[in-house]
Amino acid sequence: MKKRFFSVCLAALLTAVPLVSCGGANSEITNPVGTYTTEYAGTTLNVFNWGEYMSIGAEGSLDVNAAFEALTGIKVNYMNYDSNEAMYSKIKSEAVSYDILIPSDYMIARLISEDMLQPLDFSKIDNFHYIDEQYKNLYFDPDNTYSVPYNVGMVGMIYDTSVVEGTPDSWSLMWDAKYTDNILTFNNPRDTFAIAQFLLGIDINSENKADWDKAAEKLKEQNPVLQARVMDEVFNKMEAGNAAIAAYYAGDYLTMAETNPDLAFVYPKEGTNIFVDSVCVPKNAQNYDAAMLYINFLLEPEVALANAEYICYASPNTAVTENPDYELYQNEILYPAAEDMPFTEYFHDIAPEIRTYYEKLWEEILLADEG
Amino acid sequence: MKKKSLLQQAAGAPYIVWAALFIIIPLFIVVYYAFTDKTGAFTMDNIASLADYKETFLISFEYAFIASLICLAISYPFAYIMSRKGPAAQRIMMMLVMLPMWMNLLIRTYSWMNILERNGIINNILENFGMEPLKMIGTPGAVIFGMIYNYIPYMIIPIYNVMSKIEPSLLEAAEDLGSGSLSKLRRVILPLSMPGVISGFTMVFVPSVSTFYISQKLGGGKVMLIGDAIERQMQTSYNYNLGASLSLVLMVVILVSMVILNRFAGDDDLLI
Repeated sequence: MKKRFFSVCLAALLTAVPLVSCGGANSEITNPVGTYTTEYAGTTLNVFNWGEYMSIGAEGSLDVNAAFEALTGIKVNYMNYDSNEAMYSKIKSEAVSYDILIPSDYMIARLISEDMLQPLDFSKIDNFHYIDEQYKNLYFDPDNTYSVPYNVGMVGMIYDTSVVEGTPDSWSLMWDAKYTDNILTFNNPRDTFAIAQFLLGIDINSENKADWDKAAEKLKEQNPVLQARVMDEVFNKMEAGNAAIAAYYAGDYLTMAETNPDLAFVYPKEGTNIFVDSVCVPKNAQNYDAAMLYINFLLEPEVALANAEYICYASPNTAVTENPDYELYQNEILYPAAEDMPFTEYFHDIAPEIRTYYEKLWEEILLADEG
Repeated sequence: MKKKSLLQQAAGAPYIVWAALFIIIPLFIVVYYAFTDKTGAFTMDNIASLADYKETFLISFEYAFIASLICLAISYPFAYIMSRKGPAAQRIMMMLVMLPMWMNLLIRTYSWMNILERNGIINNILENFGMEPLKMIGTPGAVIFGMIYNYIPYMIIPIYNVMSKIEPSLLEAAEDLGSGSLSKLRRVILPLSMPGVISGFTMVFVPSVSTFYISQKLGGGKVMLIGDAIERQMQTSYNYNLGASLSLVLMVVILVSMVILNRFAGDDDLLI
């Protein structure tokens, strides 16, 4: 779940001139281990992914799509979205067709239940054995027929040690009046509700409206201490010390800490959301065979390593996690040891009726904030 | 009346096709979605649920109105002064007005986010003078400021256009007939420039009332305008029907307020 699209575009724009002179990105891999063919050369593959969620040659890193094209002759048409829901709206409209999607767990569950995905041909994905056993057959795809895990992430609390006293370990910090105007939360309902739900010990996938009411009440109490609800703006704010506490994705903390070494990170004791973003092929894909080659290519040790180092999220690929040269090898935030592993829960796809209900509650929370 | 020649008719065709394809047909689609449910059956539920958005509508109109008024207060004297300058000065001033618009609205707004931040440029300057930092980002004031900054050229240009067409001889005549500067303004300049004021007001008010980007970035996600509500229905909730009915009502309310505005201006020919 990478939302840094805009700020990076902006940065790229501002630094466009020096970047160009930096010279060529890396656009070939040295020794592919999987089986590839040039049978589909000349065809086009439409890839629809989160913004900033693949190494595409910035700052001399590997350009995954160019390398795929060099190997197979298939032209990659690469497009981005900024939320699971925006992606869903787009494919549901059926105005466009894509060959590759990389949605999160609960969205994959919804796509499967609405019959919008097609089974993958694992006989053509010989690199699948690199996927760690613990990320196979996950709840949203129990027989592992529709998806191949791409990235794993968890939500946690980022805090500025120069402002926050002690070592916080609870989501209650996000309600602490001592830090009024210093606290940032998500600007989307599901992630925001989850924080209140973990704190109150409510199931984040509850189908009981009263549970959502309770969480909404708790979130309204938070309004007065909040500085802002943010997505990618969080980078700017935390890096420059404009806010001291934020809930965000663990991988993104690593990026922020590079700029602001005062930042620390914790998985709160009440538990947190874990997510897996996986590669899928929609029903109306036009180039299925090329999509299989592409999925196999994403699992290549060299490609997966470039992606893991660029995106900074945890990789489900053992060729990456067991490689001592990996920049984030055994990083304790991305890959906590079993005894440090927080209590985690996945988002599940929620009944449409509950979804409408909590979206309405969310608007009430926002309205209460303006009062 | 003389019949239009074939050529005259043909000359209008491209725009008629354009308007039909990109204005008229989409409007019908909005109306269709607003009065149907997900299965395509007729329903009034979407319109009925708009009652929940009353406050959001009120806040959006309030902010847009304040922004338009401030734009007017800044632009009116400026446009007058500009229209009385020599041609070279006018060109330079016009370029300065237009200059910010060469840069994309998104980038301009994103930059303001950093300027207004707690550790932003303004607060750094204040702190250097030993003053308390101000809370700017995430306040209604920041959102209204963003509207003014982004849309003020749309106010200046139409007012300047009508001002520059006011004959200097009219002003001289008013003076000859004994008008003081105040009565000259009230009885000559103001009535003659009214069309520019109305169109400027419209051009600032309409994008302000429907904005979502400015409120999201400068409001820190704490200010919800009607544009945000519509965007969320389309992008997040996948509820095109409710989104369409919100848009439809917004359009109708804007239309009605523009009609009223024009009535007040006392010029019936100006209907938008």
